[in-house]
Amino acid sequence: MKKDQPQSLSNSKDKLITRIIHHHLFMPIAGLMVVLLSNLITKPDFFMISMNHGVLYGNLIDVFNRGSELVILAIGMTLVTAASGGQDISVGAVMAVSAAVCCSLLSGGAASTNVLQMPILVAAIAGIAVSGLCGAFNGILVAKFKIQPMVATLILFTAGRGIAQLFTKGQNVYVRVDSFKIFGNFMPGIPVPTPIIISVVTVIVMAIILKTTTLGLYVQSVGINSNASRLVGLNATRIKFITYVICGLLAGLAGFISASRIYSADSNNIGLYLEMDAILAVALGGNLLSGGKFSFAGSIIGAFTIQGLTTTLYAMNVSADQLPVYKAVVVVIIVVLQSPIVQKRLRRIQMRRKSVKVMEEGGASA
Amino acid sequence: MFPGVVALDHVDFTLRQGEIHALMGENGAGKSTLIKVLTGVYELDGGEIFIGDHAKPVVMDSPQRAKAMGISAVYQEISLCPNLTVAENLFIGREPRKHGFIDWKAIHERSQVILKALDIPVDYSKPLDECSIAIQQMVAIARAVDMKCQVLILDEPTSSLDDSEVEKLFELMTQLKNQGVGIVFVTHFLEQVYAICDKITVLRNGELVGEYAVDALPRIQLVAKMMGKDFDDLKKIKNDADRRVNYQQMEPLIEAEGLGRKNHIKPFDLSVYSGEVVGFTGLLGSGRSELVRSLYGADKPDCGKLKMHNQEIRFRTPKDAINKGLAYLPEDRKRDGIIDDLSVRENIIIALQAKRGLFKPMGRKEMEEFADQYIELLQIKTASRETPIKNLSGGNQQKVIIGRWLLTNPEYLILDEPTRGIDIGTKTEIQKLILKLAKEGMGIAFISSEIDEMLRTCSRMIVMRDHEKVGELNGNALTQEHIMNTIAGGVKTDEKGSTAELIKQ
Repeated sequence: MKKDQPQSLSNSKDKLITRIIHHHLFMPIAGLMVVLLSNLITKPDFFMISMNHGVLYGNLIDVFNRGSELVILAIGMTLVTAASGGQDISVGAVMAVSAAVCCSLLSGGAASTNVLQMPILVAAIAGIAVSGLCGAFNGILVAKFKIQPMVATLILFTAGRGIAQLFTKGQNVYVRVDSFKIFGNFMPGIPVPTPIIISVVTVIVMAIILKTTTLGLYVQSVGINSNASRLVGLNATRIKFITYVICGLLAGLAGFISASRIYSADSNNIGLYLEMDAILAVALGGNLLSGGKFSFAGSIIGAFTIQGLTTTLYAMNVSADQLPVYKAVVVVIIVVLQSPIVQKRLRRIQMRRKSVKVMEEGGASA
Repeated sequence: MFPGVVALDHVDFTLRQGEIHALMGENGAGKSTLIKVLTGVYELDGGEIFIGDHAKPVVMDSPQRAKAMGISAVYQEISLCPNLTVAENLFIGREPRKHGFIDWKAIHERSQVILKALDIPVDYSKPLDECSIAIQQMVAIARAVDMKCQVLILDEPTSSLDDSEVEKLFELMTQLKNQGVGIVFVTHFLEQVYAICDKITVLRNGELVGEYAVDALPRIQLVAKMMGKDFDDLKKIKNDADRRVNYQQMEPLIEAEGLGRKNHIKPFDLSVYSGEVVGFTGLLGSGRSELVRSLYGADKPDCGKLKMHNQEIRFRTPKDAINKGLAYLPEDRKRDGIIDDLSVRENIIIALQAKRGLFKPMGRKEMEEFADQYIELLQIKTASRETPIKNLSGGNQQKVIIGRWLLTNPEYLILDEPTRGIDIGTKTEIQKLILKLAKEGMGIAFISSEIDEMLRTCSRMIVMRDHEKVGELNGNALTQEHIMNTIAGGVKTDEKGSTAELIKQ
């Protein structure tokens, strides 16, 4: 029944293409490429990277730099989504809490300081730890009390910025110390922006955790079938709880970076609306928001797609207040392209083309 | 759909008006695929479908289209809304309307008419999840019938029904047949095929074996055709099971004293031994599953004591039980067994991995070796070890779950309906495996709705009735009649059917 050689050769080529198209990261990468490459038409120097005063400059660097917090948030959001089939909408507010704790400790409670009242590391860890507690609070509500994630995390979404204000006594706390600024800007002698380094380290650490523990398998298993997972000996409650704690810790880290960028704790603006971008990054990465299988790589690509879009639009001189409109349009297109209906249509077209080709070849040989 | 496997290969299938047509084959033979193609769930890669007098083939690209053409299917897992009432389920999606609002009066009146016409004994205002599975199935059929279906496909409708319920379903099927409805009947129960069907179509490995009149195909022939070989395995098993050891002199593996859980299982005493296969029997809902679940810690018992190797233990979670060497294959494979998006490999190793803990992940190679080992040992039919388990047929999914537990090397293996909805070949394999494992010293709890099967494998049987352990039978008492009597509560009856009747009351 084997067909002649040349056809099977072209078949194997077809198969490779099919495999690439069907890879779970194909659409996310395609989305990112479309966003970035559109700059080739409008602004070719988008891809230029230059060295000024010993540091790297360029739009592309901007995308990676500005996208750092989003990448960190997206990783936590991916875990939460996979394990609980829901999202943590409090991460933006938790960022503000982290920033508030950290800055008010550094300033010793004053509204502004030029001298550190405490080692930065201690303050940063305190901020991140409080964020971890926020995550634990969410985790208990979701995992133990089985409250829907959206509702459970709505509490801190609403209250989080208020809590941050409690720490800062309602002011914007400024930490005007150069050694604090480096985490959101540059380290002396290193051309790469520090946030990029922090986000890369975070990704590597998460990758190591996935490699050296079974968290990935457990999270997916619990997210797909919580009943069955319990019966094979997994503690579904604890696993969901852990993901929320991790999500909180990562939000705290992102909040610390944000605070360092503007060397202050601006409780009303740090991380504002970023939870939505983080959820979108997870979705753009091809992850199901209903939980189960997940891909960090997808979410990270999704995060850069969103940041790439923002930077691209700024590069096109779109004003900040019109930005959301354009962003929305592009997001709609990407999301619709990834939807099951469109994917099915595309597959059908592909199949039809293949069958036409086979028929033509059959006709030619006859 | 089923990557790497041709699920259905050039199969012809003809259904005539007023005919009950059995579709037979082992798991993975292509029955479900054929049904799904006919009902528009899957699309055809090749071939044509004709309906009625139409000369042209029809395009079946969605379940809605199939329904519009009069093809309805009722599946083993009922696809109605459990939280709605019977009447709402009958009319959902096609509610009669009056001035734009749902006409509840019409719904209720018509529901009554439909239920009466088909002689379904249920109140239309009852929520569906309060009805027995048999009634739910009948409601699904009634809905299909009311939508003027000409072709009714019943996929394993009897697998969770008891005898009297099956009887009722058959009456309903006969009634529909007389109205000219063509019925496709998929089942694993051979006697049911011979009780009600006119024709049999046999599939094997996605290919058509043939279409036969029921009278022209004796049972043994049918089995041979389904398996593609002569069939004397069952006999062999019977001989094996005759070894009956006196376990009472040994030290019990697990002992339960007054173990119970309110509203689920009344306090019971039980001792089980290594190397022994104990059957748990009783009608559906009699508490057999609840009993084994309380042993395993799946449902926490609220009274009584549990001992293992003479030491008192408590299982707070299944994890505790697993650590002590228990394993539990749950009754509902889909809900409690498979983790559907994960691969065969991951589904096999997950229990052992859970036992080892969060910080001791298996290496990729180790996992692959384990997976391959059990795919080979249990002859799991899968395109590769990385195929998602949801793409496997039911019997093969079950084998994966069995593999999952064997990998943990348990001392006590609980199998709750491991053979339900599984073809004869696999059933036989599983029975053989049970005996083999017991011989090697594993203690086994075996639950099955088929008493034959338990008689073949068990050396002792625990009988359950109304959430209570009502008897223990062994030795010469292990006969079909004796078991039926104990289930029925000591009422002596000659006929199987009337026994079941009695229990219902």
